[in-house]
Amino acid sequence: MAWFGLQRNTFARGIHPPELKSTQGEPIRRLDFAPRLILPLNQHIGKPALPRVRKHQEVVRGEPIASADGFFSAPLHAPATGVIEDITLMPSARGPKALSIVLKVYAADDQRVRYGQERDLAPLNPSQLIAAIQDTGMVGLGGAAFPTHVKLAVPEGSQVDTLVINGCECEPFLTTDHRVMLEWADDLLAGIDYVRRACGAQRVLIGIEDNKWDAAARIAGRLPPGADIAVRTVRSKYPQGSEKLLITVLTGREVPSGGFPHQVGCVVQNAATVASLGRLLPRTQGMIERVVTISGPGIAKPGNYLLPLGTPMDYVLDRLGFRGAAGEIIVGGPMMGQAVASLDVPVTKAVSGILALTADTLAQQQAGQLYPCIHCGRCLQACPLHLNPMQLGLLAAAREYAAMADNYHLQDCFECGSCSYTCPANIPLVQYFRIAKAMLREQGAA
Amino acid sequence: MTRRNLLLHLRSSPHLHAPLDVARIMRQVLYALLPLCALAVYLFGLSALLLLITVVLSCVLSEYLLQRAGALPGSLADGSALVSGVLLALTLPPGFPLWMGAVAGAVAMLLGKALFGGLGHNIFNPALLGRAFVQAAFPGAITSWQPALVPERFTTPFAGTLAWPLQQPAADAISGATPLGQFKFDHADTALQTLLLGTHAGSLGETSTLLILLCGLYLALRGMLNWRIPLAVLLGAGASAWLFHLYDPGAYPTPAFVLGSGGLMLGAWFMATDPVGAPVTPRAIWLFGGLIGVLTVIIRLFGALPEGVMYAILLGNALAPGLDQLTPPRVYGHSRSRP
Repeated sequence: MAWFGLQRNTFARGIHPPELKSTQGEPIRRLDFAPRLILPLNQHIGKPALPRVRKHQEVVRGEPIASADGFFSAPLHAPATGVIEDITLMPSARGPKALSIVLKVYAADDQRVRYGQERDLAPLNPSQLIAAIQDTGMVGLGGAAFPTHVKLAVPEGSQVDTLVINGCECEPFLTTDHRVMLEWADDLLAGIDYVRRACGAQRVLIGIEDNKWDAAARIAGRLPPGADIAVRTVRSKYPQGSEKLLITVLTGREVPSGGFPHQVGCVVQNAATVASLGRLLPRTQGMIERVVTISGPGIAKPGNYLLPLGTPMDYVLDRLGFRGAAGEIIVGGPMMGQAVASLDVPVTKAVSGILALTADTLAQQQAGQLYPCIHCGRCLQACPLHLNPMQLGLLAAAREYAAMADNYHLQDCFECGSCSYTCPANIPLVQYFRIAKAMLREQGAA
Repeated sequence: MTRRNLLLHLRSSPHLHAPLDVARIMRQVLYALLPLCALAVYLFGLSALLLLITVVLSCVLSEYLLQRAGALPGSLADGSALVSGVLLALTLPPGFPLWMGAVAGAVAMLLGKALFGGLGHNIFNPALLGRAFVQAAFPGAITSWQPALVPERFTTPFAGTLAWPLQQPAADAISGATPLGQFKFDHADTALQTLLLGTHAGSLGETSTLLILLCGLYLALRGMLNWRIPLAVLLGAGASAWLFHLYDPGAYPTPAFVLGSGGLMLGAWFMATDPVGAPVTPRAIWLFGGLIGVLTVIIRLFGALPEGVMYAILLGNALAPGLDQLTPPRVYGHSRSRP
């Protein structure tokens, strides 16, 4: 039976992929600057940023190089001191080439951040705070890349009482949020204060999966007395980090289909996002680097690295020792991340991981021979939204896309991939659903 | 910057997959059936062994020929024909003529599987369909039972076993009656211990309630079958038997007897759980299992035959898609929708 709110510290269904978080003990380290940084202007959901530099212009580290195009957009800052080599189309992880600023790094520079100044944020009101957050260029670092300030601007008519900090990091391999919560705990608490004031929430719930108990304990031990902030451990299960599922687990509220968290009085922010705001806002600086888990069987020196935005995959693989002649390079996690088609693809704001799977491990860990669907129902037991992936898959194979949307709630699927992961017939269910959605989008546009 | 010669694989996420596929599920089911086969051979001797081999060979050969003829997609490597063969053999009486067993196997693959479109489309359990066919075609042979643990069972097969094709078997010198038959026709009870250990007359694999339970639990613990189905079947059968027994303890058997006798245990754990014929939504699964249990008891108590599991499961298979349609799960963020 579908009782979404009554599960203790978890949601019904979901899957337990291997955690593979071998880098969880690796402290955050810096990697040298790549000689060229590639900075796409569309690193976030919304309108692409507008370049404010020209070719051959010199920039200093931290200087704004592209401004937000309206409210639903985010600015971009120079991740290194150097010179603008070009503004041109470059490969992106999503596939189509994206307009990007190419920055040649000055190798001789000491690369100190020379931009920004200390300030006191106490007197700022919510709208000033939201503007300040937009100026940092911060987006959701968990992978969605939704501009942070847009989420915090609660629309007229909605009242937010709860700020949920998402420290689940349920994807296998990834350990960036884990390390950030451990090492930047004070920045996280500072950021929580700014973000809570910006959205007007009274209560803060920090949801952390129980495989990161050390991070939960560290934060719980530093909570300021009297503040309405609680650390809540949730069971380690994929996809616990899904915004809507986390809200339901922590508050018992259910976000309506097609709706937003603010409709049930919640705002959700990723832990690393908030911790980064805690570092950047008091110094009036912009986002120029992020922590990335670089791991997988193809990487000789896996770890958690603080990488300048724009660092190309090629450079990362070179420095950390890629083994093998063939493989799959994934940006993000193995469940929802994208395989890249070019090693020029750079680290962008939403890249939480770079994973290198080698040819021999691919054969063992990926879907094998295709069988006919045997109606085992494992996909129904996996789907966290209680969809019927089996029926959706049968309809997709018959190209009945409209029936998928009308009768089986195709549009609710957020493509976590649990169905494909679990299918013993190796049917690419979620991949079918992506195609179905794209076909429906096209038909709708036509 | 170095440009490496790297062959990049491109796939749409997820990039990981659970270490489980259809062939592995079939293998696990087969492993779980092996102890039942061994016990059948121990209880019924040479006849059981020959029947097992014949039926399995018939199923595998039929599937192979049907695939060669293009009538059946898929391959033998998925193991489904092997599982169907073993299951079918385990539902037959030990003295069943071998040639009839071969017919049952061929019919199971042809009518039960190929006709519907092969693995994944065989909405009726192929093994049970094969058995239903021989039940109708050879009513005499399928209801002549042999006692377990006959001393000379390892040296001489039962008289019926080696009957020539198209010949009815000669009447046996010794014959047994199943606990269900004894109850229905002579109103005689069987000791619970006998039902648990299986040292009584019955089909090859249905006699030992205890061993079936252990093998089924193994599969359930490995996640190879949906434990809710056998649980629902046993609950449905137990509850309805209990009500009847409460109404008239003299006329109706105890729930323990109903659960322990006949093919109910084997059907609940190994036949009703065949995913192709079972529903998938949570409420439909409970309804499906419960219905099979109740139907079994009703057929046993009020039908002409002492046993009813086979027809109950086949009826359940027919209802499964409808049950799914009637019970769509509530999707996150939606109110409960009407079917």
